[in-house]
Amino acid sequence: MPSASELPVVDAIRCDACPVLCYIKRGNAGACDRYANHEGQLVRVDPHIVLDRAKTQGTPLVPFLDREREWDGNLVKDSEIFITAIGAGTTYPDYKPAPFIVSSEVAGVDMVTVVTEGIFSYCGVKLKIDTDRHLGPERNLVRAQGEPVGHVTTGEYGSQMLSLGGVRHLTGGTKSEGRQTCETLLNLSNGKEVELTIDEGATIVVAAGKPPVVNNRREERMRVGCGSATIGMFAKQWFGKVDEVIVVDDHITGVLSEHQAGKLLGVRETGIRINGRRSTAGRYFQVAQPGSGWGGTNISDPLTILKPFKPGIAWPHLRLLMVSTTGEQYAYFELDDNLNPVDKELPAQLTESVQRIKENCEPALTTVLFMGGAGGSLRSGVTENPVKLTRSVRNNFTRVTCGGAPVYIWPGGGITFMVDVSCMPENAFGYVPTPALVAPIEFTLKTEDYAALGGHMDYVRPLSSLLREKNRQRQVSSLARPLQPANRRSSKE
Amino acid sequence: MREKPIVRMLPDERRLHLHDGPIDLIVEAFGSKAEIRTAYEAAARRFLTILDELCAELPLLRSAARLKGTRPNGIVARRMADAVGPFATEHFITPMAAVAGAVAEEILGAMTTAANLLRAYVNNGGDIALDLAGGGSFEIGLIERPDRPSLFGSIKLHASQSIRGIATSGWRGRSFSLGIADAVTVLAERAAMADAAATIIANAVDLPNHPAILRVPACEIAPDNDLGEQLVTRAVGELTPREITQALHSGVVVARQFISRGLICAAAFRLQGQSRVEPQALRMMTLIDHPDAESLGSVLHV
Repeated sequence: MPSASELPVVDAIRCDACPVLCYIKRGNAGACDRYANHEGQLVRVDPHIVLDRAKTQGTPLVPFLDREREWDGNLVKDSEIFITAIGAGTTYPDYKPAPFIVSSEVAGVDMVTVVTEGIFSYCGVKLKIDTDRHLGPERNLVRAQGEPVGHVTTGEYGSQMLSLGGVRHLTGGTKSEGRQTCETLLNLSNGKEVELTIDEGATIVVAAGKPPVVNNRREERMRVGCGSATIGMFAKQWFGKVDEVIVVDDHITGVLSEHQAGKLLGVRETGIRINGRRSTAGRYFQVAQPGSGWGGTNISDPLTILKPFKPGIAWPHLRLLMVSTTGEQYAYFELDDNLNPVDKELPAQLTESVQRIKENCEPALTTVLFMGGAGGSLRSGVTENPVKLTRSVRNNFTRVTCGGAPVYIWPGGGITFMVDVSCMPENAFGYVPTPALVAPIEFTLKTEDYAALGGHMDYVRPLSSLLREKNRQRQVSSLARPLQPANRRSSKE
Repeated sequence: MREKPIVRMLPDERRLHLHDGPIDLIVEAFGSKAEIRTAYEAAARRFLTILDELCAELPLLRSAARLKGTRPNGIVARRMADAVGPFATEHFITPMAAVAGAVAEEILGAMTTAANLLRAYVNNGGDIALDLAGGGSFEIGLIERPDRPSLFGSIKLHASQSIRGIATSGWRGRSFSLGIADAVTVLAERAAMADAAATIIANAVDLPNHPAILRVPACEIAPDNDLGEQLVTRAVGELTPREITQALHSGVVVARQFISRGLICAAAFRLQGQSRVEPQALRMMTLIDHPDAESLGSVLHV
């Protein structure tokens, strides 16, 4: 019998990192889970598996990478090392000092970084989904696996917004609602794909930093602007090449001949009449229902928003361009002798302008901000006088980071922060069955300031003690340069 | 390039970390300082060649165990073959099903032979070999998802009991499973036996042909895996409480057989939030229904 190892395997590479000599297929990892086949290349992957195991085994310091070896260069190899809290563990409930209180010198100043993993019962994610497509009415429930996990909130420019999680879904509902909410937050925060359905709305598949998929359709582009803005941007390029342009948009549909931009250019009146409610000159609300058709409306045939042209003003052979705010849909018509639009091929001289609308659209993405509040107990892991930490953060004496990534601290009481999860290393989040999320959080401040706010000075360890052992693995990133989204992740995308 | 095995002390300066290829061991010995050092040196020495020994016989270890089949040569390989032997007539199993436990046992054996210790353990990714020669106890935490550390129960093992091996198997773990259990933790006299039995019992926790379970031929994921074309579980959709009970029951039936044959001492099951313990009267095992944040902790308390 030929042994498995003698059989040729298509599309697999043989790993020689250890004598097991695994054949690893594309996109898979070997028996160790540490080496994988990434597009035919043997790569060292997913150190957090090691990290997570270390955590379950109670290893106090996150085993990670030798700086000399594996990291893909994303986390800058600077002389200043930053210990992130990922996998640091926590001492919740925190009457005890945080797991790591590390001192180091940054630019000649003695600094202390308190590294802990916070258990966030009060937390959630905000999703910005770059699409004009109607995902569902505002305030409607967003569900994962049928359980309510959040709601549709105020839409933003070119984007639909969802607010997920929060204490009411995590712990205020049924057990399975809480579990599903926790799982959804965890997956989104860790950059994984999640399917969500919105009551009376769409089914979407979203992941941080990736294009959203709305009702099985991948969204490619974010609109260049609303219909009115698009008219303003492109009026000059259309002038003389076409008599009328309608930019179809669920929010504000623009009509060139009536729009201020058209007027300034001297575009002739065309006698066009369209559905919807006129806002100001050349700008129309509600030309159709929201949907996943042209420009976030429910239409697939643009003529359905037109009423008959006004006789006496419109003229035969009038040239009409209809286009969506992303340039993905367009149609070109000329009026016949009875002033009815007749579908024609887009003339070459207009192709460029439609193309340009497309080019000016940014790629549509889903972005995920994690938002959480560092509560009393977490703060007491940092200092004996928790409110002083809050004040120190407020006064910018203490810098807060989340897995090494910069955070925005919401003004007002407490330490409520937001962080772009795509700036954080992969799989930085965990959970506890409360249910609540576990997120890394680091407080960095001058040693003297730390002492002044009642820090656990007895527990401060020099950075070198964490880095001393030759083979000691660690989580590194740069203090000097916070991670940028583009710096993330070596593989998969 | 062949990476060298890693032998190092963990930052707590108490525990030893041994790593080579897919083997990752956390080792701790208790006793006098000198004895601990002797034990760690013996463990490291034994560890350095263990992966090469196993790989020399890998094709044999990856083929189905048969009662009168070829016997492997290596000490650890024989330990594996011996552990899976009692299951071979009724179940598909390869010696690889006991590799983690067998390695843990071997390293523990090297330590207890070389040094006079009070207690010791070798934790091979959740498959644990224990020594309680000097009395005392170990407290073991049960974890259902290796990627998300949270305890669903704990076990207190005393020297007076015969249990010296613990192993966990489930589809979420590193090895493939034919079943759908999130975790099956088995207590046995030896780690290799616990490992083999956990594999088979976890395979038995199943709902055949259930549409919510995604199964893929093992070879499609790992071409040289010992399971070949057998369908391994890759995802389990939400099950009804009734289905969960039914699947757990299938596993419990198998566990009962193994307990009555004296192969294992006990088993704990976990599937989508439901837990079972067999035998039910087992006192030393505590299952947590609503574990709170405080229970987040190490797998092995001492």
